[in-house]
Amino acid sequence: MTTAIPTYNFAYLDEQTKRMIRRAILKAIAIPGYQVPFASREMPMPYGWGTGGVQVTASILGPDDILKVIDQGADDTTNAVSIRAFFERTAGVATTTRTAEATVIQTRHRIPETALIEGQTIVFQVPIPEPLRFLEPRETETRVMHALEEYGLMHVKLYEDIARHGHIATTYAYPVKVEGRYVMDPSPIPKFDNPKLHRSPALQLFGAGREKRIYALPPFTNVVSLDFEDHPFQVQSFERPCALCGAEGVYLDEVVMDDKGGRMFVCSDTDHCETRREAGFTGVQTAEAAE
Amino acid sequence: MSESSILSVRHLTKLYGARAGCEDVSFDVFPGEVVAIVGESGSGKTTLLNCISTRLASTSGTVSYAMRDGMMRDLASLSEAERRFLMRTDWGFVHQHAADGLRMRVSAGANVGERLMAVGERHYGHIRETATDWLGRVEIAEDRIDDRPVAFSGGMRQRLQIARNLVTRPRLVFMDEPTGGLDVSVQARLLDLLRSLVAEMGLSVVIVTHDLAVARLLSQRMIVMQGGRIIEAGLTDRVLDDPHHAYTQLLVASIPES
Repeated sequence: MTTAIPTYNFAYLDEQTKRMIRRAILKAIAIPGYQVPFASREMPMPYGWGTGGVQVTASILGPDDILKVIDQGADDTTNAVSIRAFFERTAGVATTTRTAEATVIQTRHRIPETALIEGQTIVFQVPIPEPLRFLEPRETETRVMHALEEYGLMHVKLYEDIARHGHIATTYAYPVKVEGRYVMDPSPIPKFDNPKLHRSPALQLFGAGREKRIYALPPFTNVVSLDFEDHPFQVQSFERPCALCGAEGVYLDEVVMDDKGGRMFVCSDTDHCETRREAGFTGVQTAEAAE
Repeated sequence: MSESSILSVRHLTKLYGARAGCEDVSFDVFPGEVVAIVGESGSGKTTLLNCISTRLASTSGTVSYAMRDGMMRDLASLSEAERRFLMRTDWGFVHQHAADGLRMRVSAGANVGERLMAVGERHYGHIRETATDWLGRVEIAEDRIDDRPVAFSGGMRQRLQIARNLVTRPRLVFMDEPTGGLDVSVQARLLDLLRSLVAEMGLSVVIVTHDLAVARLLSQRMIVMQGGRIIEAGLTDRVLDDPHHAYTQLLVASIPES
């Protein structure tokens, strides 16, 4: 009797499971925006921590890949750190925080500011893949609506926004139409990132673990955010640049500094901010600290 | 005659297992006509209505409908996409309980606008304008446009449901006990409103009711059902004033004299 220490397969999942997930991914790529059901596995982390994204990443990861994991744009938050450590341990792949160096990027809620290039793959963690869910809770009905392209309901949601707030107040998980066919939930990325989905040279994969769905945007897919003719789609804009690196036209996080109303706005993408600061860019906050 | 009818039902039967919901039902609906289907509860009225509006698959028999291009099409031969398109453009369906026909969690304006958005209207201002206009036509105050139907009274909900159905100017509307569950004064107002809308828009209507007074007020023709079969059909005034069948006579006699 051998007493070999049990080990994990490369990247945790067994090969049969990876095969099943890859088939789902291939189907998803073949039908951009269509939600492909797959037999989601129990992962050694709770639902909501990116079990869908982790399964997709595990299935596409090779020994030569370089992995980057971000959570809300940051490489150093709990979710990002634990998933990165998970793959360092189970797959032994190289990891990085540099967007440009990574071949596979798993993300929660952001697309990096640095434009993605051909050959890169970005994996989104998706909590609720069904964009119509909140207005039509019946899954049987929403599937028929997707099949028959009945998307009037999606505009009912936007209509409600305008009626109540005077403008489209949906700021994240903003519905998009893919290649003029499927309406898709781009996962809870801010709508600021929606234009980055459009004709991106990178392969974009979406995994929802609890909901057992995978969908995809192949490179250079047309992705249009839904809107009204008299209320066109607009991204968020910020009044001031990043307090640390002075970057403009990027997505900023608000950081509360003290209990007297002090706050600063910094890049949500930590890698982007660090790269700029290394290159000598400074913002208000860094200039003050230097004085 | 059936060339000019808008809806033609032939030998329609719906079986629930061995029990018949409705059996061998044939009738026509002509453009601009209101047909009432009356009978006691359990007589198969609602089954019949659901079958002819394709909400329920019939066991045998045909239902054909004159499409906008004038072609008579067997509804069973339509694809699901065509059928659903028909249901949200050319047809309306007014449920007995407004909650079944409305989206209770979105505002009145969005309820009315949903059909417009479903057929491709993408201009918020236009949708809003049409919704306001329709709320006015069903006597709902303009400032209630952003309220949800949960905040509406029963009568208002029912009127909102009617507005929601009529906004795409359908040609045929099915109604299932539209005045059921409303108090008498609200009923009277709703009937008045329905009558004027039907006349103004030239709607064809199939209305199911157990209330002979509603049938008398709204319909030109009526069909009396018992045990899933049509036992008498004819002009409303004729049926009510001179009922031939024993059961119809009983029904008419059971109206309390007022």
